[in-house]
Amino acid sequence: MGSRLTGGGDRKAVMDATTVSFLQTSLRHRARWLIVLGGAALVFGLWSFLLGSADYSPHELLTGLVTGKGAAGIIAQEIRLPRAALALIVGAALAGSGAALQGLFVNPLAEPGVTGVTSCAGLGAVVAMYFGLVTLHPLTLPAFAIAGALVSAAILYALSKSGAGAVSLVLAGVAIGSFATALTALALSLSANPYAMSEMVLWMMGSLKDRTLNDLAFALPLTAVGLALLASTGRGLDALTLGEEAARSLGVNVTSLRARVVLGVALATGAATAAAGAVSFVGLVIPHLLRPLFGHQPSRLILPSMIGGAAMVAAADVALRLIAPDGQLLLGVVTAMLGAPFFLWLILKLRRQP
Amino acid sequence: MSVRFEQVSVSFGHRAALLQVSATLEAGTVTGIIGPNGAGKTTLLRAALGLQPVSHGTVRVLGKPLTEWPREALARAMAYLPQGGEARWPMRVADLVLLGRLPHRAAFGPPDLKDRVAALDALARCDASPYANRRMDELSAGERARVLFARALATGAAVLLADEPAAYLDPSHQLRLMELLREEARRGTAVGVTLHDLSLAARHCDRILVLQDGRLVADGPPPQALADATLARVFQIARADDSLGLGAFRRL
Repeated sequence: MGSRLTGGGDRKAVMDATTVSFLQTSLRHRARWLIVLGGAALVFGLWSFLLGSADYSPHELLTGLVTGKGAAGIIAQEIRLPRAALALIVGAALAGSGAALQGLFVNPLAEPGVTGVTSCAGLGAVVAMYFGLVTLHPLTLPAFAIAGALVSAAILYALSKSGAGAVSLVLAGVAIGSFATALTALALSLSANPYAMSEMVLWMMGSLKDRTLNDLAFALPLTAVGLALLASTGRGLDALTLGEEAARSLGVNVTSLRARVVLGVALATGAATAAAGAVSFVGLVIPHLLRPLFGHQPSRLILPSMIGGAAMVAAADVALRLIAPDGQLLLGVVTAMLGAPFFLWLILKLRRQP
Repeated sequence: MSVRFEQVSVSFGHRAALLQVSATLEAGTVTGIIGPNGAGKTTLLRAALGLQPVSHGTVRVLGKPLTEWPREALARAMAYLPQGGEARWPMRVADLVLLGRLPHRAAFGPPDLKDRVAALDALARCDASPYANRRMDELSAGERARVLFARALATGAAVLLADEPAAYLDPSHQLRLMELLREEARRGTAVGVTLHDLSLAARHCDRILVLQDGRLVADGPPPQALADATLARVFQIARADDSLGLGAFRRL
């Protein structure tokens, strides 16, 4: 008996040493990639800030940003800062939402764009904007976008509860998205807006052109609240990996978890869409690219996805201005050109799995 | 009396899934829960865990009614291994087993040394340490079942409830699993396990509860609970002539 106990103790000690060291290396590994992502977000954010039609040196712009003096100061604070900061915020919101939705639905295809959440948010924003509701209070724009996002997220939530599989979720997303897009077009046609068609394209494809400090002031806090909610769901989503009953037996309040994800996604995606229109596929591509680096469990992906998404959208916004400096290329076009083939590839990959 | 069912009834609509069941799961014993399909075995476990609201009666866990337990404390006191569970993301095995420590962990921050030791110990007890660093999708079904079982053990709960844990295991792993349950009981845990395999139940459980149509029809040590009359009435089977000593049954 004594020898058996000692044997058990040794085995435990050896195993413990290996795992502790493993956990540490994996932690260090993840921290390193997080720094790389943060660096990329910073670089592209700064690049976006320095890029524009007005010809100022980086030094002039950065001093202008701090002091706010002169033409460079106005451009830096009121044109460049909102655009660069919104690119980061929108990216973080969309990719963070994507990571959380994928965790909730246990489905790598779930994403605000694919599931129709951004289209509904866009519809809300268009309704607020073209029916004069924005003139009542500027907050109505993000509020309507968030409400739109909430409606579609709630539909998806109900679907997921009834046990809809990966494919039905995406099909429902397509239906919701097309319906919202059609209603958006209808709303724009009814609004006696001479630029309805061109505006519609802006809302449906997304753009960060001509954003103001006002847009930033609304997007930042709302997105921050949404992302904070999503960040709080990591552990519960991990437990959900084992199925709902097992998660509940581990002390997870699954109802509250679902509500937090849906609300967080609605807030983040709604606020981001109110500022930039419907930008798709960011939430699909980023978590998937990060999985091999950070691991498959949802809690490991939410924060890195936010940072990676910020880097991706800032990079896309830089790229489109380098490709077409006249501002004809829309942000959503670039993300969709990267994301849509990726989406197809992912579907083919999933089909091969049992 | 780690878990005590007092006149517990559960109904789904008009159908009674459990009808006035009174039974106990004792600390330090393995209690097998058997019965034909749809007899209420899983419902009994779910009622014990608070996953299934009971329509009548009381469930007491460690002396306290279930309704008075805070969620987190109950999760520390009872571990549950659902039937046919799977890890739906291909997580690393060690990380998956660490999920069993969730009820013990502070709101934020990584698992501490105690959590890791518990997780590793559970893996070692399930003979799953060699693949601690592999991904779940790289393992066979039997290996995955052992990892999921280790997840439930890692909680270190006073009550362990497992729903059909033997279902997807080959005979040797089934026997190993029953040994593990027994080891767990020897540590003072109250183990409740639903089983379909009567010989497995007869040989490895201290006590057996037999359910039929939501009613508890037998409760006692295996020879008594699995008496010929009960087998004939509940399962419509009888012990077959068993020259090979396999514990065979035949249909009536």
